[in-house]
Amino acid sequence: MNPESQAESSGCGACEQCDQRRSFLTKLTLGLSGLIGAIMVLPGVAFILGPVVKKKKEIWRPIGSLDDFKIDEDFTLVTYEDPSPVPWSGVTAQSGAWVRRISDSEFKAFSITCRHLGCPVRWLSGPELFMCPCHGGVYYKDGTVAAGPPPEPLHTMQIRVVKGEVEIKTIPVPLTTTPLKESDV
Amino acid sequence: MKRIKKIWHWVDDRSGYSDYVLPLMKHIVPRDARWWYVFGSATLTAFFVQVLTGICLAMVYVPGGDEAYMSLKYITDTAFMGGVIRGMHYYGASAMVMLTVMHMMQVYLHATYKYPREMNWMSGVVLMMVVLGMAFSGQLLRWDDNGVWSVMVASEMAARVPFIGSWLSHFIFGGETVGGSTLTRFYVFHVFIMPSIIFAGIGLHMVLLLRHGVSEMPNPEQPVDPATYREEYEARLKKTGVPFWPDAMWRDVVFSTFVVMAILLCAIFFGAPSLSTAPNPSNIHSNPMPDWYFWWYFTILSTLPSSLETWIILGSPVLGFLILLLVPFFSNKGHRAPSKRPWSVGIIVFGVTSFVLLTIYGYYKPWSPDFGVKPLPESVIGATEGPVFEGGNLVYKKGCLYCHHIDGHGGHRGPVLSNIGQKLTRQDLTIRIMNGGYNMPSFAGSMSTEDLSHIVDFLLTRKEEGSSEPTQ
Repeated sequence: MNPESQAESSGCGACEQCDQRRSFLTKLTLGLSGLIGAIMVLPGVAFILGPVVKKKKEIWRPIGSLDDFKIDEDFTLVTYEDPSPVPWSGVTAQSGAWVRRISDSEFKAFSITCRHLGCPVRWLSGPELFMCPCHGGVYYKDGTVAAGPPPEPLHTMQIRVVKGEVEIKTIPVPLTTTPLKESDV
Repeated sequence: MKRIKKIWHWVDDRSGYSDYVLPLMKHIVPRDARWWYVFGSATLTAFFVQVLTGICLAMVYVPGGDEAYMSLKYITDTAFMGGVIRGMHYYGASAMVMLTVMHMMQVYLHATYKYPREMNWMSGVVLMMVVLGMAFSGQLLRWDDNGVWSVMVASEMAARVPFIGSWLSHFIFGGETVGGSTLTRFYVFHVFIMPSIIFAGIGLHMVLLLRHGVSEMPNPEQPVDPATYREEYEARLKKTGVPFWPDAMWRDVVFSTFVVMAILLCAIFFGAPSLSTAPNPSNIHSNPMPDWYFWWYFTILSTLPSSLETWIILGSPVLGFLILLLVPFFSNKGHRAPSKRPWSVGIIVFGVTSFVLLTIYGYYKPWSPDFGVKPLPESVIGATEGPVFEGGNLVYKKGCLYCHHIDGHGGHRGPVLSNIGQKLTRQDLTIRIMNGGYNMPSFAGSMSTEDLSHIVDFLLTRKEEGSSEPTQ
């Protein structure tokens, strides 16, 4: 039985009043369905996108005492807690950087993230190069690209010394082709 | 017995089994739908293996920073049957990816995507992309150091999207860096979102299959004409068709049995994939590799010219998806038989050959420095003291062997140096080492004159016996 004959048999014919009522009920149903959907979805979307729009924190983390870094020694791998760990992060909250002390107060530090596609670069003291195992990116000791596909130099990180303690300024993962904020550089 | 029959009649009447389900099972299919048609149902079977083993794994797996790795170690090494279940999930994933692609190749080769089954194909393309998404996210849930650095690579790729790249990347991380929130995101994608899409997609795929019927084997004498196809198909089916259950389905079941047995045997004899070290993002000794079905893409990314890289990383998945999705609109009528469509056979042969070659290349990854090289033995150096001996040791210490191969030792990234002494002069070698060259760093800032001289002395001895000196 089609809807029209159904309507006729139930005593509700195609009168103008019935059409208006149906039109209203259609709009009401669609409108309320949209509202239900919005109530269900929007808080969830905001929750999921929270980490994207959250204001980034600038945090200095200690990486050792000044005496731990001898002047003109090799690059040392230092580890520190990332800028925004969650309580259940465990070992995944660790980040790393290559650090070298150049003078009494001057340091050179690079993120371990390759600027090609983000794999961890290794410092090789013999050839004095940073090398990436994934796609063969190579960098000189000043962080500039020596060979391979990286489009940009290694990301330089900030170091400061406070009361004999060496601290590194944590940064978000350096994303290739997306410049970091001025304050992170 | 009478009582059981009565209960069955009640169940049948109220559920509508005989009215709805049985006719679907017994719908008429072409008589010639034989072994070529088993890949789709086998893909479905592999999916069921994944769902069931996935549920088992989820009962122990903890999607948290440290706990994920520990729970996987427990599943693999301690839990009763844990290694087999994890192995089945792993080999089931490989089977599902392979069968999805084989099913798609068969459909393409037989042009089953043509009228009126365009939407069958399109829903299949979407399903294939989600299956690949499942495969990738599943690799990350292994959450060892390989998993962590694979997320890093994925988010670096996402970061290249214009305007919203960094947002996308931080969305993937669940923050500014890889960490506790990263794994839970991928867990939700892998366990809730993508399986839901697959279930819905399979439902649509099945409805469309029943609506348009199983296609016949392509016949060079029967090109598809949308004006008459349905009538002719129905007429042929009426004349020669057979019920799907059991006349056609037995082949699906036989092949699916083979697939499930293969998955189980692989899980028992090869075991679950080994876990590398804990997921510590500061571990620089990680060497991230995707699972084997992505090695071809790994090769492409590693061998691209830098200028094309961002275009290929972002463009190829989108373009590939769109081309596949729109295949029916390039041609939805005419011949289906491969003998009348030689280019389609060519595309399949080219695709399979490229996949195999790129996969092999990805396995060897000659573009990567070999960090595991050992010093050259004296038998290769050819001296036990003096400048040549010193030079032979220095090619290891100065990292030359990470990239260059000498008489069976060293990496493959750069040119082989076994006979370099007969190709380049002392001056050529000195300039090349000091200045660097294509894909080779300059060593001017990191090598003493004495070391350079020793290395050149050694390299000049690398020549075939009886060969002449290079021209000055």
